[in-house]
Amino acid sequence: MATTKTLRVNGKAVTATVDDPATPLLYVLRNDAGLHGPRFGCGLGQCGSCTVHINGEPVRSCTRPLSSVGARDEIVTLEGLGTKEKPHKLQTAFIEEQAVQCGYCINGMIMQAAAFLKKNPKPSVPEIKTAMQNNLCRCGTHMRIVRAIKRASEA
Amino acid sequence: MSLRTFGNRVGRIEDPALLTGKGRFIDDIKWPELAHAAFVRSPFGHAAITAIDTSAALEVPGVFAVYTAADFAPLLKIDRLIVGLPSPAYRQDVNRPVLAKDEVVHVGEPVAIVIAKNRYIAEDAAALVNVDYEILPAIGDARAALEKASPTVHRGAPHNLLAEFDVAYGDVARAFAGAPHVFRETLWQHRGGGHSLECRGAVARYDANEERLTLFSSTQTPHTAMRLLCDMLGWDEHRVRVITPDVGGGFGPKLIFYPEDVAVPLAAILLQRPVKWVEDRREHFVATTQERDQFWDVEIAVDSEARILGVRGTLIHEHGAYTARGVNLPYESAQTVTLAYEVPAYHLGVKLALTNKVPVTPVRGAGQPQGAFAMERLLDRVARELRIDRAEVRRRNLVAAEKMPYAKPLKSRGGMQVVLDSGNYPEMQRMVLDAVGWDDFRARQLAARASGRYIGLGLANFVKGTGRGPFEPVTVRLGPSGKIHIMTGAAAMGQSTKTMLAQIVADQFGGAMDNIVVTAGDTAVIPMGMGGFNSRQAVMAGSSAHLAAVKLREKTIAIGAKLLNVSIDELDIDAGFVHVRARPKIAASLGDIARSVAGIPGLALPGGIAPGLETSEAFVRDEMAFANGAGAAEVEVDTETGEVVIRKFVIAHDCGRVINPMIVDGQIIGAAAHGIGNALFEWMGFDADCQPITATLADYILITSTETPHIEVLHMESPSPLNPLGVKGVGECGVMPSAPAIMSAIEDALSPFGVKITRTPIMPSEILAAIHAARREKLRADPL
Repeated sequence: MATTKTLRVNGKAVTATVDDPATPLLYVLRNDAGLHGPRFGCGLGQCGSCTVHINGEPVRSCTRPLSSVGARDEIVTLEGLGTKEKPHKLQTAFIEEQAVQCGYCINGMIMQAAAFLKKNPKPSVPEIKTAMQNNLCRCGTHMRIVRAIKRASEA
Repeated sequence: MSLRTFGNRVGRIEDPALLTGKGRFIDDIKWPELAHAAFVRSPFGHAAITAIDTSAALEVPGVFAVYTAADFAPLLKIDRLIVGLPSPAYRQDVNRPVLAKDEVVHVGEPVAIVIAKNRYIAEDAAALVNVDYEILPAIGDARAALEKASPTVHRGAPHNLLAEFDVAYGDVARAFAGAPHVFRETLWQHRGGGHSLECRGAVARYDANEERLTLFSSTQTPHTAMRLLCDMLGWDEHRVRVITPDVGGGFGPKLIFYPEDVAVPLAAILLQRPVKWVEDRREHFVATTQERDQFWDVEIAVDSEARILGVRGTLIHEHGAYTARGVNLPYESAQTVTLAYEVPAYHLGVKLALTNKVPVTPVRGAGQPQGAFAMERLLDRVARELRIDRAEVRRRNLVAAEKMPYAKPLKSRGGMQVVLDSGNYPEMQRMVLDAVGWDDFRARQLAARASGRYIGLGLANFVKGTGRGPFEPVTVRLGPSGKIHIMTGAAAMGQSTKTMLAQIVADQFGGAMDNIVVTAGDTAVIPMGMGGFNSRQAVMAGSSAHLAAVKLREKTIAIGAKLLNVSIDELDIDAGFVHVRARPKIAASLGDIARSVAGIPGLALPGGIAPGLETSEAFVRDEMAFANGAGAAEVEVDTETGEVVIRKFVIAHDCGRVINPMIVDGQIIGAAAHGIGNALFEWMGFDADCQPITATLADYILITSTETPHIEVLHMESPSPLNPLGVKGVGECGVMPSAPAIMSAIEDALSPFGVKITRTPIMPSEILAAIHAARREKLRADPL
């Protein structure tokens, strides 16, 4: 049975109608909210490409059912973090370190790192590596990503 | 004219969009009335289809159609994907159908396509398509598949031998007959899938008004896809357009043309509405091509000074169930073995075996890493047996710099002579040894052992064929907007192709990167193209872009000279203007120059100038540019857990002239990370019935931030004489030395136990098993 739900995404109200309340949040963000920051990589919460923030916590949106998200929860996607004109310090650092190749994992990398830096603003390199180890990147840019996060933490 | 962008650490033009969620990948493509597809796939490695009942699926509300092979047959002039690269080596043709009709030959083979108003409904309905199967014997081991008594992968086929050929030169029998030393190794080499973070996808729309089909596909080869669709549909080329949007990683498998690339357009034609299919990760594991097993049995003959006299052996290569690319992968393996070294005689007999698994096609490196691995393992064996330093054995046999260009007595797959065009191989090895601390390592190793730690150092050289020809066209256009538009058949899949081309063209126009737009991967903007594979695009498309940009600059200056009434020698281009060098205020904007030749009714063009500002070039080169290098790894092995930690990793690399050092380093490091994964983590497993058993990213292990070491990259720039830029390809090279250097290092670390490694990958459990086996062997040999 179709259910309609209103969410707070990047500070705006987004209304979605889904047939199944177990629909993953990722689909609602991509298909109903038209946001293309979060991406589908595995659908099992194993790669991290779909990561968004819910109340500041990094969440795998591909396995998070819509039913578990409340109207008061603050959802932030990559689009809500920074723009081309006003980039987040991580986005700037990723450009400076050229940490991006194909760019598909990058949403998850930035969102994971942004949440991590909030909790640990001055991390060591091993701490960054551990924080990022569940985010997969096949282009092999891990070390540049780690350096970019370190750079952002010093910015 | 000075070069402002070529050779510099220019920022990527791709980055701002990708970092703010504005990239446009296949799953971002949308049209009104878009329907969504899910595939019904074979759950069996091998089975006959006796009946397909779609009635229950069709009753699901929201389902628009369910199509099987019978529904597609009337639309298809050719009903198989005939894609095998030509070769006299084939012993049978096994081409993929769009949808299986009466037999499935691997888990994941598409049988039916369900189209619905959303993917949810499509998948639910796909589960209701009832396919009656009669299970047949599945064969998964390439060696067993070639035995006479083996069941066949395809019902009614004469055998499982797909192809066989020899790569050979010199008198091998004589080389071995008189050799003071002969050493033999039996090697198992396995590489897994591409596993781009973005899976594949296809979005198709048929426009009945225009009678044209548009396919967005995450393909590395859009022009090939366009041509194959035309062939299969029996349509003219102008009726099919294929567009590659942003691609979230290619790594090889996306260069293949797939059944889904046909099924989705056919569904869109039949249904008369746009259809989208995006692969999920499970599908990527069972339906996207992979690399898998190679079984090598090789021996090396050397003289008493460890100089190579000959190499010979056999290779059994697992091909999978169908031909999705052809014989190229094992051919490249066989051709690579002797490249870096002087080997007077060589013979490798290669057999390609069919198995009931998803087809095998190139993954980053395309068989060449396996060739290098075989050779490097043999050289380590020589060093061990003759008690000569591993680096010294290699130094004595590497092709010397003064011999360049060096003709190998080898023929490429296309029948061309293999010529190593440039480089200084011994110097590359020396650079790596210096950087990794080879000479004083023994002392460190002994000190570590004294405290119970096992560290080891390994080395590998490589030569990698790049820049696969024959051509890659590029058009460069200066429009009235003043923007320069680069159009190419090259495909961007994350390797900074657009930035690379923009840098090359920008140099002819004053270096302004922000004035350049690149369209890569759209068959509507350029009629021919080959696409992205085999580290070819900087070499082939880059050279075309350079030639086209030089001509466009000449014409732009010529028009500027007419407009400004000065001679062409006085002019330069900078900041969007053609200006007089000595008096920069006398200038014409690039836009005005383009406008002046865009044509005004009734007015003459500036004297003698042809209309428009557009040049197209297709640089042609059949010979490959051979990149080379060396890699060294220092590892520590935990003899209690079998865990391997890479403590140091150095790669020296020669890709000719470097276009962008940041991009080149990124490519080398990324490929090296892939190679480390191949050595230590990645294994695509199947059970005896050919069911995949590692079909999630939790079972199939990719390297992550905690295992990736700091990778030090050293450069040498020996310009290739084969192209106007002097470049060689770089995208795959980092894979090449990774596995052989790591195995060499593990063996070195475990030398007190006498462990021998004859496989890749090697996991902790197998390292422990090797230690135990070596201990048992020692006990048997010396019970006291």
